[in-house]
Amino acid sequence: MSDQHLSNNPPGFEPKIVGFFCTWCTYTAADLAGISRMDYAPNVRIIRLMCSGRLDPQFVLSAFREGADGILIGGCHPGDCHYQEGNYKALRRHHLLTRLLRTMGIEPERLRLEWISASEGDRVRDVINDMTADLRRLGPLRLEPVPKPDVPAPVEDAACPNVALNVAAGEKL
Amino acid sequence: MSKPKIGFYWCASCGGCEEAVVDLAEEILNVVEAVDLVFWPVALDFKRSDVEAMADGEMAACFINGAVRMSEQEEMAHLLRRKAQAVIAFGSCSHTGGIPGLANLYEREAILRKVYDESPSTINPEGTRPQVQTSVPEGTLTLPGFDKSVRTLDQTVDVDFYLPGCPPPVKLIAGAVTALLEGKLPPKGSVLAPNIAMCNECPRKESKPDQLLITEFKRPHQIMIDPDKCLLEQGLLCMGPDTRSGCEAACIGGNMPCTGCLGPTDGIRDYGGKAVSAFASMTAGDEDEQIQAAMDSIVDPVGTFYRYSMPASLLHRRISGNGEGEPQS
Repeated sequence: MSDQHLSNNPPGFEPKIVGFFCTWCTYTAADLAGISRMDYAPNVRIIRLMCSGRLDPQFVLSAFREGADGILIGGCHPGDCHYQEGNYKALRRHHLLTRLLRTMGIEPERLRLEWISASEGDRVRDVINDMTADLRRLGPLRLEPVPKPDVPAPVEDAACPNVALNVAAGEKL
Repeated sequence: MSKPKIGFYWCASCGGCEEAVVDLAEEILNVVEAVDLVFWPVALDFKRSDVEAMADGEMAACFINGAVRMSEQEEMAHLLRRKAQAVIAFGSCSHTGGIPGLANLYEREAILRKVYDESPSTINPEGTRPQVQTSVPEGTLTLPGFDKSVRTLDQTVDVDFYLPGCPPPVKLIAGAVTALLEGKLPPKGSVLAPNIAMCNECPRKESKPDQLLITEFKRPHQIMIDPDKCLLEQGLLCMGPDTRSGCEAACIGGNMPCTGCLGPTDGIRDYGGKAVSAFASMTAGDEDEQIQAAMDSIVDPVGTFYRYSMPASLLHRRISGNGEGEPQS
């Protein structure tokens, strides 16, 4: 991490991470990290999913749009999925989504997938610390705001496009 | 009583949408009989001043195709919005951004540099660039400004209805015009096409296997395409599962995969995101290497999954460097 990069970040920049954690493994591990009173970067907002396989890529894109600088997906180790193969679905989506994002100029480090079992509280701590450091180096994800239409001042009769009003009685197409 | 007035306009588009209107063939005579075409620059000699002279809301409806990038397009969109009771985003470009929308992958400056300096057919040693204002002895010349990103029509003005497609299928156009004239329109904001996936009207629907396990995605030129079998089963990136129907599977009829021009169904917020979900689910393999190999065969993910919808996507556009194309120091 170079000071050069840090100096490009806006003053007071703290990366925001959204964590999508599966309830059976990674979420329980985060709970364990908490009850074990482990210290780790406070940059992650965790959303509990029943399974990492529930993660729709649209959730990731929405989180980026709403201001996340990075997304951390946490699931059970391969072979340990509570639902047999949900984590493999997450893995395939992660591969494809990372490729898509890269071609759109979004660094692969911003979308991280980790297998963390319920007993690995220390791994939750390490991964979050590590990802926070990565994102500090990358800086904020700057997305252009989605343009909003300038709705003109309401014109009489123009608010409701009831075009039929203008059709002469009896006239047919 | 006079006939309802209708206008057509084009922004950043190729002219294919205008062609689709002409494709109404003899049906267009019925349309012309029922309405007054008061503005259609591509076909009829009306000027902007004719539109400006209209009363607000004088046009019953205006069909606007094309994405919005130039200041002129933005002005026209606002003007037509004011003059028309209903604005209909016509075609993929005004609906979700279309092919011109892919320019959101590049910075404004990078596009200008490519076009005016670097392209192989350009000879421009003085580095001349178009200027919004140029002073000449006779006065000041002006050109439309080039905005930093491509917008959809509904990111520019309030839009009442959407007619999707590249270009919109004739049947949908005829249906929309009829609905307009009869006043049988769905609620504002509706897309005037069926709200169900394209696969539903695909003639090869029956040959789609229950489970797809694709190990390598193919491009149409790489294989001899079986004209009777589901294109997904043949490993082609057919966007049918992700795309709204209404075209009667026209591309499939030509033995080519769907590219997704009709855009997403109502339940989809981000077309590309949902496509990633769909195609990842069809990919075979539990091991990184195997998945990697399959994904490597998708040559252009963004051009495939956001071909028509980059500006309408959740990400819209990433700002890099100073947002003007200068690389980050």
